[in-house]
Amino acid sequence: MNHNPFHWGRPSDSTYGPYNQQIAHASNVNPMARQQQQSDFPTMHTQRPMMTGTSVLAIKYQDGIVIAADNMGSYGSLMKLDNVERLLKVGQDTIVGISGDLSDLQAIQRILNDLEIDESYDAGDDEDALAAGLKANHVHEYLTRIMYNRRSKMDPLWNACIVAGFDDEGKSFLKYVDLLGVAFASPTLATGFGAHLAIPLLRQRVDSEADVKKLTKADAIQLIKDCMKVLFYRDARSLDKYSMAVLSESDQKVEFHKDVKVEDMKWAFAKGIKGYGMPQL
Amino acid sequence: MMNVQQNATMASEYSNEVQTQPIEHRFNPYTDNGGTILGIAGEDFAVLAGDTRHTSGYNINSRYEPKVFSVGDNMLLSANGFAGDAQQLVKEFGRELKWYHFDHNRKLATSSAARLIQHLLYGKRFFPYYVHTILAGLDADGKGSIYSFDPVGSYEREQCRAGGAAASLIMPFLDNQVNFKNQMDPESNGTKKKELRYLSLEEVLQLVRDAFTSATERHIEVGDGLEILIVTKDGVTTKYYPLKRD
Repeated sequence: MNHNPFHWGRPSDSTYGPYNQQIAHASNVNPMARQQQQSDFPTMHTQRPMMTGTSVLAIKYQDGIVIAADNMGSYGSLMKLDNVERLLKVGQDTIVGISGDLSDLQAIQRILNDLEIDESYDAGDDEDALAAGLKANHVHEYLTRIMYNRRSKMDPLWNACIVAGFDDEGKSFLKYVDLLGVAFASPTLATGFGAHLAIPLLRQRVDSEADVKKLTKADAIQLIKDCMKVLFYRDARSLDKYSMAVLSESDQKVEFHKDVKVEDMKWAFAKGIKGYGMPQL
Repeated sequence: MMNVQQNATMASEYSNEVQTQPIEHRFNPYTDNGGTILGIAGEDFAVLAGDTRHTSGYNINSRYEPKVFSVGDNMLLSANGFAGDAQQLVKEFGRELKWYHFDHNRKLATSSAARLIQHLLYGKRFFPYYVHTILAGLDADGKGSIYSFDPVGSYEREQCRAGGAAASLIMPFLDNQVNFKNQMDPESNGTKKKELRYLSLEEVLQLVRDAFTSATERHIEVGDGLEILIVTKDGVTTKYYPLKRD
């Protein structure tokens, strides 16, 4: 046999018509622009995030998960929006916390909503089937596939997401996925600045699955609140108003707290800071 | 006449640097998630081990994210490097294996699995999976076998192989301790090379643990935990040993 693929021939022109040369010379330049000689720029995908949301934090405790994200939408250093909900509820008991580009957040919101509708068709009116259907591990797997496929098309959804909820067995499920399709699980998770500022504080209390058993619900909530405070102190693109979801394994319930405020801040030290910008009076 | 072209990168005024092409700020579809893996074949077993740390830059994403998988048919598979691609490769292998079972209703030989992985990797030759892949299993004679792959699918059967972040730290140690490189027969007074022999499972496990504790000392992306999967004719067993978490 001749092993050179160029000598194998191709479907005959008489049967299939002549080969469309454009296929071999395909390019990612917008064909309209090429026709009109407007631009030699390649087609544009999200090259960098524009409107963004900052960190999402989450921690496992003995009976579930606490997850939080603030309500700000930044346009560069401008606080453009102060009432953005970045914790999405998917299905009965899954919370997806999303940081990064907000238009891509809305794209994900639409995709997950479609998934939820598809799933609810299968369940019909059966409440139990609905509750048993779409679990956090399914949502995470689905989201990971979407993120990885979009990065493979060089057209990423510019986000880092944390999925919190319950899996098929009703156990707490907490996992991360980002714009590259990189996914991992850990009892403490944070995106963005939180990975630098909050993770050390969270790991002080919970460094392994064994420590999860020792952390009570009240302590977990307090810990997340403290971390949100530290983030508000030190992350310039953060807000003192945030949403927090508390999931408990024993009753498979999700408490959703909106408009939580950062409390007990101490700004007295600010008076003493010298050397930045205008002289202090 | 000489055509003098001014080099814009040297001693120029910024105003003279005319951009002839659009400045591209391209999205980088790859990252390195650290970690390291190690496979050693014995006479009637093979081990594939990996640390459980998952990193991005200087961040530790997770202290326990397993990357060595028992993929079925008495085979162990691990892809190390960019975790997104690694997960995709293992998943794709799992899918292909399932289809193989549907189509042929028999076990996939380790050598055939290796060839399949070559095709999965080479199929993305021009947008490669950024991973170092190791497959462990038993061959047709029941002997342990390790196959190692480069990111685009070039592969080889070996007695042992380290992959990933600390491969360059572990591999020379393995050359010496598994393949007895630079070791002489003590009886011969330095005239004869030490005879090759199969290592026992106990010896191999000790080597693997030593390799990983040492790599943990010297490589920041290695640590937290060591998961060793052992494959014998009776199936797969898993062992876990803690590593330093600093």
